Amino acid sequence: MEQLKTIGRELAMGSQGGFGQSKEFLDLVKSIGEARSKAEEDRIVLSEIETLKRRIVEPDIPRRKMKEYIIRLVYVEMLGHDASFGYIHAVKMTHNDNLLLKRTGYLAVTLFLNEDHDLIILIVNTIQKDLKSDNYLIVCAALNVVCKLINEETIPAVLPQVVELLGHSKEAVRKKAIMALHRFYQKSPSSVSHLVSNFRKRLCDNDPGVMGATLCPLFDLITIDVNSYKDLVVSFVSILKQIAERRLPKSYDYHQMPAPFIQIKLLKILALLGSGDKQASEHMYTVVGDIFRKCDSSSNIGNAVLYECISCVSAIYPNAKLLEAAADVIARFLKSDSHNLKYMGIDALGRLIKLSPEVAEQHQLAVIDCLEDPDDTLKRKTFELLYKMTKSSNVEVIVDRMIDYMININDNHYKTEIASRCVELAEQFAPSNHWFIQTMNRVFEHAGDLVKSKVAHNLMRLIAEGFGEEDDTADSQLRSSAVESYLRIIGEPKLPSLFLQVICWVLGEYGTADGKFSASYVTGKLCDVADAYSNDEIVKSYAVTALMKLFVFEIAAGRKVDILPECQSLIEELSASHSTDLQQRVYELQAIIGLDAHAVECILPSDASCEDIEIDKNLSFLNDYVQQSLEKGAQPYIPESERSGMLDISNFRSQDQHEASTHGLRFEAYELPKPSVPSRTTPVSLASSTELVPVPEPSYHREVQQAATVPSSSDTGSSEVKLRLDGVQKKWGRPTYSSSAASTSNSSSQNTVYEVTPVDGSSNVNSKAREASYDLKKTQVEISPEKQKLAASLFGGTSKSERRASSTGHKVPKGSSHVLKSTAGSTTDVLVEKTTPVQPPPDLLDLGEPTLKDGPSSVDPFKQLEELLDPTQLGSSANPGIVGSTSAPDIMQLYSDKPASGQSGGFMYPSSSNRSDDNLVSGLANATTDSAHNITAAAHPSQFSKGPNLKDSLEKDALVRQMGVTPSSQNPNLFKDLLG
Amino acid sequence: MLLSCRWFSIEYWYLDSKPTENMIHFVLLISRQGKVRLTKWYSPYSQKERTKVIRELSGVILSRGPKLCNFVEWRGYKVVYKRYASLYFCMCIDQDDNELEVLEIIHHYVEILDRYFGSVCELDLIFNFHKAYYILDELLIAGELQESSKKTVARLIAAQDSLVESAKEQASSISNIIAQATK
Repeated sequence: MEQLKTIGRELAMGSQGGFGQSKEFLDLVKSIGEARSKAEEDRIVLSEIETLKRRIVEPDIPRRKMKEYIIRLVYVEMLGHDASFGYIHAVKMTHNDNLLLKRTGYLAVTLFLNEDHDLIILIVNTIQKDLKSDNYLIVCAALNVVCKLINEETIPAVLPQVVELLGHSKEAVRKKAIMALHRFYQKSPSSVSHLVSNFRKRLCDNDPGVMGATLCPLFDLITIDVNSYKDLVVSFVSILKQIAERRLPKSYDYHQMPAPFIQIKLLKILALLGSGDKQASEHMYTVVGDIFRKCDSSSNIGNAVLYECISCVSAIYPNAKLLEAAADVIARFLKSDSHNLKYMGIDALGRLIKLSPEVAEQHQLAVIDCLEDPDDTLKRKTFELLYKMTKSSNVEVIVDRMIDYMININDNHYKTEIASRCVELAEQFAPSNHWFIQTMNRVFEHAGDLVKSKVAHNLMRLIAEGFGEEDDTADSQLRSSAVESYLRIIGEPKLPSLFLQVICWVLGEYGTADGKFSASYVTGKLCDVADAYSNDEIVKSYAVTALMKLFVFEIAAGRKVDILPECQSLIEELSASHSTDLQQRVYELQAIIGLDAHAVECILPSDASCEDIEIDKNLSFLNDYVQQSLEKGAQPYIPESERSGMLDISNFRSQDQHEASTHGLRFEAYELPKPSVPSRTTPVSLASSTELVPVPEPSYHREVQQAATVPSSSDTGSSEVKLRLDGVQKKWGRPTYSSSAASTSNSSSQNTVYEVTPVDGSSNVNSKAREASYDLKKTQVEISPEKQKLAASLFGGTSKSERRASSTGHKVPKGSSHVLKSTAGSTTDVLVEKTTPVQPPPDLLDLGEPTLKDGPSSVDPFKQLEELLDPTQLGSSANPGIVGSTSAPDIMQLYSDKPASGQSGGFMYPSSSNRSDDNLVSGLANATTDSAHNITAAAHPSQFSKGPNLKDSLEKDALVRQMGVTPSSQNPNLFKDLLG
Repeated sequence: MLLSCRWFSIEYWYLDSKPTENMIHFVLLISRQGKVRLTKWYSPYSQKERTKVIRELSGVILSRGPKLCNFVEWRGYKVVYKRYASLYFCMCIDQDDNELEVLEIIHHYVEILDRYFGSVCELDLIFNFHKAYYILDELLIAGELQESSKKTVARLIAAQDSLVESAKEQASSISNIIAQATK
């Protein structure tokens, strides 16, 4: 009997491979693993899709087979291909009573569909049924789907059941019901607004998991409305205290920390509640102080909690003791070797700096180290910090640095951001007009295509309005320095369009305002621009308008206008332009030139760009004319909204929309229709009365009919005529139409492809180049004078004379002198320590600069790259688990060229040349050598090592070889345990 | 004339508002060769966007050196990643979230996987990706951490598996009968 059973099981499992799937599926995964290029992988997946399309519609597929098809669909979709043909089968599977199949179906639909997919309506019924199931696992599975797929329309269908589940006996169900309600709240706050009290109730749940889950919705609620949750401060504080005192079950401990994830969430909530509220904050001081003391700063999670503490302390009403503790932690973060901690330290510093600006000065050198770090992420974070601590005393250094960095990056998103930050800082803190214009020029030159057009408009406005100061001389100085620099720049090739627009506008408004440049000189330059950028119509129209203004100002000033020959030819050329806008501008220009000085001054007054233009929206100046016409017997004007036909339709629409927004889909049966009461509103009253007549509800039915019948009758009328046209279109119109659509979509998709690839490659190169310069700098052990100087100019710290040198000629605002005083007072000892050894004699300073600046640039960068290629690659390919010492040098050599090809190719996979051993025996032989590597790897002490399981790894490696999924002989660590 | 009237408005255009619906926008597991091992999207992305995201991020992350930050700024979001043997676990979060915490959520997930599979390796995830999904669903829901206790997650997964096992048992007993009948 026992034997029979095993035979039966073998039969049942017969078609399955070692991992519980069929041979076919394993083969698929295997062949994907073997694919050497993205193209090959795509080919395999496409043929798999064909197979599945054929198979999945066959009749009478056994359940297990169907389940596997669905999982294969998930796999196909995961690899980025379209499996939409199978969605309906996944939906069908959710209807199955078998939990195994239902779960697979649910998993597939959550992965396939998003919340506005049409098929969701087919699942709602099943979900409703499953939420009532007495098997809590089915309820859990259904709740998972609810969280992902229920949308605003379908919330009412499941809401009552979800609310009921809040009181379920299983904590797992309660927890998921909370999360589902949270999701509903995010989707449509109004649908669950009456249920918010449930979240408060669940905060007192016996199970810590449920309590922890409740914090998620509460956090959202408190973010929106702080004041109605102030009463919970005491409860949150007491929960946090209990956690810190380890009163929660041991199972919530994580790396010896008591429930750290819940602690973090609580600290986030407290930060919201205590912000700007002294009374609430006072409740929190003790417990936050406790956590500062108790946190284990050697583990990552401990540091995560500490970071959250700093965030909290800097958000709530300040407390000196806590701020001190926070500053200590920040110091520890910044001094750490770990880049992660440095990053968090910089971020935390940015938070704390608002409360105690003197903290930054203790860490100035650490900050500058981070700024020069090869790690791009850290660098950007540091720029963010600098952005936050910009004052008028250091704006020049900071913005200069930012622009230098901006020029060298390829990430357009970040380039845009940093460009707009530069502009913002320059506008806010510019020490002089000259500097401001120069800075803006640099930003526009290098990122002109990326900054938003509003930045350009802001710049024009600033030039037109000045800095808001009273004296006009400063403003006109700003303008003339702008004009001067623009006239210099305008000849440079390939300026961004937006920048040219600014230039044209400014030259048009102020080109001749200070009399330094003659009109003919400026107009000549403008004509050159219009010629050079002949395919940019916007620039051309800006140029034409600028020309018009210049001529007008000349006429108004009583001077004779001499139009240059090139200008004349430009005008003639553009008057025949394809662009009607350009044409109009040119004709206007020609018309205006012929007018006298007075008329011209009325049309285009000089320097009036800031004057508001009054617009008479009522067109009252036409009243007389209207009156006359009416007297002559003209029909009075009826506004569009009051015309009878329009009224019905628009009213009908609004009714319809109203209906949709309040009810959405209905999940209960419709009631029987009631006979409508006919009530006529007279059309005469509509025409005579000017006010909108509210349509009474009962007449709605009738009007719907009317609205529906009128268009339909007109439709049938026109369709008779159209009949022939349709035929013609089908024969002649359609094909060209569709093909053009196809070609455009093609080109757009190609565009996106091109966009991506170069970014990757060049960022690679960039980071390497930066590493190169970093290595150079690392060789200097002592702190370079350059850095000292930078620190001084950024933080206004080290010595007075240097600081003054950096900001000579500009107004020194109160802020900086105050900072100076405070540093002198509070951190004198630190300053002395730092300045005395480092303050270099002047000649050393001179020497120091060239070595740093010229070093990298004088050497051929390509040669440098070549030299650097090997060591960097070795570094990146070496497994962090083993510190490089265990692996033999020849293996390292093997690595070193493989990853190189992998990196540059993007999706090229390292070829598995050594994978010729298909039989088990040689595979095993290989595996033993691999496991030997494993052992050596594990012999090194590491935090998470569990000790190698020799048998397990042997088996796995043998299997790997069988599958041929990986070229593991090249990289013995590839399939090492993840935690090894 | 259009250009001479006051047509620019002062707006805080740099404060681009982003939808901050959930904490984690997506989870991504990619191998060192850039092959996708698991993807889970908590915010809506079209299939085309997904492919683009994966391509972009694997380009950025796989080329980073070992000693750098585990964080990457990307399109106004932050991606926290951690490498385990040959697999990269990545999670995308908002600008102002706690990166170290997310790093630990990743580790938390890996520890649970490790406990479930018994010293987990990439192969386990390749062939049992659906199980990795089930575990992820018990850990994160709608992009929020729903359970921080390893034991609770393990217990739930085990309960689900035992039900599945019993379902399998039934199936095999049926085939048992068939086997006996055909004998």
